[in-house]
Amino acid sequence: MSAMPLLTLAIWVPILAGALVLATGSDRNASLARTIALLGAIAGFVVTLPLAISFDTAIAGMQFIETTPWIPRYHVNYSLGIDGISLLLIVLNSFTTILVVLAGWKVIESRVAQYFAAFLVMSGLMNGVFAATDALLFYVFFEATLIPMFIVIGVWGGPNRVYAAVKFFLYTLLGSLLMLVALLYLYRASGGSFSLADWRALPLGMTPQVLVFLAFLVAFAVKVPMWPVHTWLPDAHVEAPTGGSVVLAAIALKLGGYGFIRFSLPIAPDASHALSGFMIALSLIAVVYIGLVALVQTDMKKLIAYSSISHMGFVTLGLFLFERLGVEGAVIQMISHGFISGAMFLCVGVMYDRMHSRQIADYGGVVNTMPIFASFLMLFAMANAGLPGTSGFVGEFMVIMAATKVNFWFAFTAATTLIFGAAYTLWMYKRVIFGAVANPHVAELKDLEPREWIFLSVLAVAVLWMGIHPAPFNAVLEAPVADLLQHLSKSKLP
Amino acid sequence: MNALYPIIPLAPLVGALLAGLFGQVIGRTGAHVVTIAGVLVALVCSVMVFQDVQAGHTFNGTAYTWLIAGDIKMEVGFLIDTLTATMLLVVTSVSLMVHIYTIGYMADDPGYQRFFAYISLFTFAMLMLVMSNNFLQLFFGWEAVGLVSYLLIGFWYTRPTAIFANLKAFLVNRVGDFGFILGIGLVLAHFGSLDYATVFQAAPARAAETISLMGDTQWSLLTVICILLFVGAMGKSAQFPLHVWLPDSMEGPTPISALIHAATMVTAGIFMVARMSPLFELSETALSFVLVIGAITALFMGFLGIVQNDIKRVVAYSTLSQLGYMTVALGASAYSVAIFHLATHAFFKALLFLAAGSVIIGMHHDQDIRNMGGLRKYMPITWLTSLAGSLALIGTPFLSGFYSKDSIIEAVGASHIAGSGFAHFAVMAGVFITAFYSFRMYFLVFHGKERFGAHAEKAHGHDDHAAHGHDAHGDHHGGGTPHESPWVVTLPLVLLAIPSLFLGYFAIEPMLFGDYFKGVIHVAEHHGAMADLREHFHGAGAMAVHALTTLPFWLAFAGVAVSWFFYLKRPDIPAAIAKTFRPIHTLLLNKYYFDDFNNVFFAGGARLIGKGLWRIGDAAIIDGFFVNGAARLIGWFSGIVRKLQSGYVYHYAFVMILGVFALLTWFVRT
Repeated sequence: MSAMPLLTLAIWVPILAGALVLATGSDRNASLARTIALLGAIAGFVVTLPLAISFDTAIAGMQFIETTPWIPRYHVNYSLGIDGISLLLIVLNSFTTILVVLAGWKVIESRVAQYFAAFLVMSGLMNGVFAATDALLFYVFFEATLIPMFIVIGVWGGPNRVYAAVKFFLYTLLGSLLMLVALLYLYRASGGSFSLADWRALPLGMTPQVLVFLAFLVAFAVKVPMWPVHTWLPDAHVEAPTGGSVVLAAIALKLGGYGFIRFSLPIAPDASHALSGFMIALSLIAVVYIGLVALVQTDMKKLIAYSSISHMGFVTLGLFLFERLGVEGAVIQMISHGFISGAMFLCVGVMYDRMHSRQIADYGGVVNTMPIFASFLMLFAMANAGLPGTSGFVGEFMVIMAATKVNFWFAFTAATTLIFGAAYTLWMYKRVIFGAVANPHVAELKDLEPREWIFLSVLAVAVLWMGIHPAPFNAVLEAPVADLLQHLSKSKLP
Repeated sequence: MNALYPIIPLAPLVGALLAGLFGQVIGRTGAHVVTIAGVLVALVCSVMVFQDVQAGHTFNGTAYTWLIAGDIKMEVGFLIDTLTATMLLVVTSVSLMVHIYTIGYMADDPGYQRFFAYISLFTFAMLMLVMSNNFLQLFFGWEAVGLVSYLLIGFWYTRPTAIFANLKAFLVNRVGDFGFILGIGLVLAHFGSLDYATVFQAAPARAAETISLMGDTQWSLLTVICILLFVGAMGKSAQFPLHVWLPDSMEGPTPISALIHAATMVTAGIFMVARMSPLFELSETALSFVLVIGAITALFMGFLGIVQNDIKRVVAYSTLSQLGYMTVALGASAYSVAIFHLATHAFFKALLFLAAGSVIIGMHHDQDIRNMGGLRKYMPITWLTSLAGSLALIGTPFLSGFYSKDSIIEAVGASHIAGSGFAHFAVMAGVFITAFYSFRMYFLVFHGKERFGAHAEKAHGHDDHAAHGHDAHGDHHGGGTPHESPWVVTLPLVLLAIPSLFLGYFAIEPMLFGDYFKGVIHVAEHHGAMADLREHFHGAGAMAVHALTTLPFWLAFAGVAVSWFFYLKRPDIPAAIAKTFRPIHTLLLNKYYFDDFNNVFFAGGARLIGKGLWRIGDAAIIDGFFVNGAARLIGWFSGIVRKLQSGYVYHYAFVMILGVFALLTWFVRT
């Protein structure tokens, strides 16, 4: 174990870098702000690497533990620690931040420092969510991530940004208020502790378990988002700038799935079992219903947003199957979706920056003028459709395999994504990329510039790596997932 | 592990990567040199592995571990036996011919390097598929060949028909894969492994096991697994009713029609079922299902070949029908015959497609056989090789197609499984139809009146990818005389004609009646079709001679004779027949209305439901009623509350008095 407080660094390096970027002030220093932001994002990623390198895959519990009293009177601790699940999400988050900075490099021209600062701060806060082992600390980080995202959508967003930002904010805030109630209840029930380890061991009757589960469900279901509380996401994506969409899809949605793993399942295992049918039903509705809705979208960002919801259905489905392949598949799906949806939104951003339109109908024949871009988008589209050899296949495959074991019809319904996912993704690809040059704007398109080439190829490597050799990703999940399932197999009823 | 095994798939992959990623650097010549070198290496290694396997050195082992989850290991590995070795030879040799042919066919296409990259990538994926020793890798290869097929059908991506066809092909295949992945899921769930050997070994003991899918009805586990796996094969091998994508796939360049949509990829389903013979043998129901689907495909797709006028589409429907024959053989438990027909068909059908491509080049990209005629004078090599291919296809005694097809007919005849009566009729009738449409095309293209002069103008209509570089051929427009293709095109034709003619004669005895597939393909004892065949087999020569007195030969002969009479002697008759039987003719022209039905019902239906869920579910109910409704409710409520805060003292005083009055009343009453 390293003597360095690595998790503290992972949280505070980006936040401090954000503060530094903010200090550059007005847009006169925009290029300085960009440089600091990039260096800060890289530094933020570099400090997470020792976590991955010295991570011990054999340990099921928390590693890199740090504990300092924060509010001693109420036994609130600044306590951090990660297992394999958190590790993957933290590395993904820090990695994505670099791409987001690159994506906004040229496009953001007003309030540059504030824009980059918001993303750096958000990155640190997200790491905080994934590293906190104290419930109140978790809650503070969880809520705090809302603020920079709210600002990003509300300030740098599209024409309808205020509606989208408020909808996003209220939806998620209302959800998490119920979670706060549950946290306070658990604090009392555990005799004054916010430690997640204590809550995990805390015996609870069925009624309190169900109530706690439902309170958490509201908070996390909105984040995932699960059907039917998903309608904020398409609006938020459509209005958000490219960077906002990338973070929203790649990282922010993972807070929901992570919350289920860290709170709902271990704290209320009996309620989780009792309500698993309900959770699976909602997940399967998301896969099919949202898959069909995605098919008819005319706005590329909305289409990808709906596709995200459908893919996140596999996360919640996998978790509530209580099968090893299912839970591991769910986490793999979260990471993979981070790469793929990030890449898809960046690709839409590449086109939007040139054409200032997200409407599918405004495109056609882009391959004629942007062949390299078209190749990248082909790869990501195929990954989105779950083609083997890309990361998109791994999680879906694992979850479908687990579902077949539990109930054939769960698998049957989930596997329809093979058809729907391919249909909406490739139909969009056909209308946007293939065909003859549709209009003079398309004819004037310029292919990728080096900056865009870099972030797309980095993601391409990630998507292929995870698809061809997912073993190292899954290796860090084995111990914590086995431990979680073992915990879930025992009743907590007093 | 023999070091040759990984080289076989990796050599084409290296070629594909070099040509695909560095195509601009290495140039056109560089691209075809590296890819052809890659496939050549694969072919040489395949021959060596084939000899090695003949010597008894089989292999089953893991190359690397893809994923470990608990006690489930998912791996990439190789299973090398006679079935694999046969497929390796077929795939690499046809692929090499197609690579060489492409130099000529795509000579002026700006996407030259990309094309070579794709076909080499395809070769890699197909080789991984046939070399797999487990279900996961099978699925990998399965989807990867589908991807390359998608990319190649849409190779000329500015043509609307091509990009419609490739999307359709991918989606219809995905419907098959949907069943396939569920089958794999059931295998993993019930056998705890994805490894062929483990599953095959455990299967017989669980033949009687049932699962309940709907209510209390018990279904045989293996029947469900086999049918689901076969649904995957129906997609990939274009069996009714998932056949609809294959004719449209002809939008792709002709070399890939030969390689992917005739010789190799579409036979992946046949290969898969043969590989799974230890499972399928345990389920009579699944075999019957396979048999009937195959028989429907063999017969009804043949009919469609009769009314097609596009040279490639005639061959495409012929491919569908022949795939049906192979499937029928599988259903009759004659797996080795199916693989035998797969191999002979790969050669003669690749030959027919490449010859069709040569005709298309010669005709300056006119594909309509009504505009051809008398081409034998202008394209002698193409003519003779086409004749060889067509004769092989219709099952002329002594030629390759005869041995494989006649064995299928015999096997079905000897089978007693449910549906074998219908299947026997279908394959028998199919012989006549195959001969009829094959020679209809042959006569219309190579014999009779030269019709191309009059239609020189029309040819432009078929040339809409000329913008993509076929301009060089365009020089000859208007002049109109066809010409023989360059040697890179005709050489593969000649090389493919050799196995089309002779492979069957030499291979039938060892492949069907020897120990070639011993321990690889499993046939249950009570499925006696193959044993029956073996009893009546007295050598390849005797079989051919005996065939002269049997029904299939005369049916084929009749098919040729009728088409000669209809299309050379009395060309007015077909039109008259079409007129008399107009409803049937229309039905055939519209391909039994499958496309229209799918468009309206599935594609249209999905869009309609999607729109409904979006507009009504998301927009009206969730957002309109709940989300915005909640916001409006709060707004409405605060509007009322706001009215109370009027700021007038007398309002407040009035409410105060009311309150005091109410309180007093309450106190007085209690």
